[in-house]
Amino acid sequence: MVIINGNAVSFSKPTTIGAYLDENQYRRQRIAVEKNGEIVPRAAYDTTILADGDKIEIVSFVGGG
Amino acid sequence: MYPFSEAEILSALQKRHTIALQEKLSHGHVAIAGLGGLGSNVAFALARLGVGFLHLIDFDRVDLTNLNRQQYFLSHVGMYKTDALQQQLLQINPYLHIQTSCVRVDAQNIKTLFAQADIICEAFDDPEAKALLVNRILENFPEKKLVCASGMAGYGSSNAIHTRRIAKNFYLCGDETTEITENQCLMAPRAALCAAHQANMITRLLLGEEDVSSENEKSEK
Repeated sequence: MVIINGNAVSFSKPTTIGAYLDENQYRRQRIAVEKNGEIVPRAAYDTTILADGDKIEIVSFVGGG
Repeated sequence: MYPFSEAEILSALQKRHTIALQEKLSHGHVAIAGLGGLGSNVAFALARLGVGFLHLIDFDRVDLTNLNRQQYFLSHVGMYKTDALQQQLLQINPYLHIQTSCVRVDAQNIKTLFAQADIICEAFDDPEAKALLVNRILENFPEKKLVCASGMAGYGSSNAIHTRRIAKNFYLCGDETTEITENQCLMAPRAALCAAHQANMITRLLLGEEDVSSENEKSEK
């Protein structure tokens, strides 16, 4: 079980952060991803596999300032 | 040169804030990235607090359409925002150390631009610029405090705007959803509300409070 933005999510096969982002239509240029309290560099999205117990926070930025 | 001495202004600030708190505020070093509706309001608040070191960063000039929510006057239209804002802040406190960088923040200059600040305020309007800054700061400067904003368009509820601690040094202010659309524009009250959330979180950090709310406030809920 992985906690993503406060929701428990389970995966039937090994899934990278990148695959999860694409599947859920996140726009990679507008987000920041934290894994267990640490930033995940953009270059690592497609190589970081979500592991049981991971706590993921995906922050999406909207326009305006 | 100025009608009031540095000692007189410091004494006035100490009267309002106490000597102990003013000591911390006066030693604060904050960089503000983006000087629009968020950044100009945050800068005013921090200057009034007497935060000693401010780094103002923006590439743009003041446009007439900015005056609906940003802290500029008609006389500033056409000026660089860095210059127009610095000029105003020095009228509040001429003894602040204000550094300006009239540049567009990009992946290349982030490391040098933000090397000095203890706290970084993200106050851009473009979502991709926000995300770029946040990613690069968290990757390059994990020890610095980062206070960001997302979602303050329109005239929805004031109470939807909040401050959230995403990670140890990463705070996010705003309603996190309301963006600029054809029907939803940026307006002075909500932009200022969100800016005040950012400014107050920065104040808390300068004064040693790392949580969004303190223990006794939590227990009152």
